[in-house]
Amino acid sequence: MITRLHIEALSIQRGERVLLSGVSAAIKAGEAVALTGANGSGKTSLLRAVAGLVRPSAGAVRFEGVAEADEARRGGLHLIGHQDGFDPGRPARDELAFQVRWLGGEAGAATAAAERLGLARQLDLEVRRLSAGQRRRLALARLIAAPRPLWLLDEPLAPLDAPSRGLFGEIMAAHLAGGGLILAAVHDPMPIQARILEIGA
Amino acid sequence: MSPLRALLGREISLAWGRGGGPLLALGFLAAVTTLMPLALGPAPAPLAAVAGGVVWVALALSTLIALERLFQRDFENGALDLISLGPLPLEVVAAVKCLAQWLVTGAPLALAAPIAAVALGAPARAAPLIALVSALGGVAFAFLGGTGAALALASRRGGVLIALIVLPLLIPPVIFGGAAIGAFEAGLPYLTGLAFLAAYSLAAAALAPLAMAGACRNALS
Repeated sequence: MITRLHIEALSIQRGERVLLSGVSAAIKAGEAVALTGANGSGKTSLLRAVAGLVRPSAGAVRFEGVAEADEARRGGLHLIGHQDGFDPGRPARDELAFQVRWLGGEAGAATAAAERLGLARQLDLEVRRLSAGQRRRLALARLIAAPRPLWLLDEPLAPLDAPSRGLFGEIMAAHLAGGGLILAAVHDPMPIQARILEIGA
Repeated sequence: MSPLRALLGREISLAWGRGGGPLLALGFLAAVTTLMPLALGPAPAPLAAVAGGVVWVALALSTLIALERLFQRDFENGALDLISLGPLPLEVVAAVKCLAQWLVTGAPLALAAPIAAVALGAPARAAPLIALVSALGGVAFAFLGGTGAALALASRRGGVLIALIVLPLLIPPVIFGGAAIGAFEAGLPYLTGLAFLAAYSLAAAALAPLAMAGACRNALS
């Protein structure tokens, strides 16, 4: 169980281009951090570096509460990005069930989570038939169905309507109350209490 | 193991639909088998002489058709991000993808290849060996094709690149398999070619996942 996330003087470079330089932050259990900054300031890269998908050029990401970073990334964190990872040609139910089982949850929990997010009637459709907001809600369902402590969210609210935003606020609040950690890149204010970390300023 | 089974199930279902699945590969094999007598002339003797080899080459190429998008779709829709946050390393994921591809297209092709060869005039007693060679060779084709698909991930003209990367690697198994079939039909010892083919396929299955995982990580970062 991850109890604390440390981002230490993290820099990311792509060729000659500096995407991020010297960002430091710490998040403890039960805390949400809203990552803000202009378009192209490196929010997505920072989230992907924490998830281990992008190798930083300097600095480090440390997880407290687990033996090594690899273990945290294999079983301790969720990443919801711009792309939701669903294959457009397969039924939403199958894709969600696969993602949830792959991330360590139960297939039954996947259906329950989708129903909680109001997708009961969309589950049998192919993913390509879902709207952007429905797809995002389907992706968020895996946060509930496969419990993992650290949530890395890349503009999670963008395609959601107002009731869904409210509902997701409740879900995030419940996650924090249970000792979870949230690092979310956002442009709009978060529906929950969150510390603001501005990058690229 | 539940995550592994979940992954295998998904990959088989994807392989079924990707690039036409088994039907396209079988259709390609059938097309080559049908066109060959039209090109070579109707005399049975020359056809029978090349039947085994022609089917074997058609098989090698038809496995590659479906492989182009083995990683591409998962890469584009973000599934590869999600998969790399799962419990198993990308090496295992890559091996499972190739295995699913072999199950869906390689195995049906291995069953169809002897039929195609016999239709072209190969001796019926060679059919079991052709099926065995096709099944073994299909493993090598799937893993080598997967390596090409993974290496081509971040590039735009992926299909061309895959052909360039993979074709040289296909030369040894095509030679070994063709030699085994030819030797058997000529009544010569054929086990050497078969053993070399098996060794090459096993080596490909063991080593290619490392290359595929490395190429995927590189494309993701």
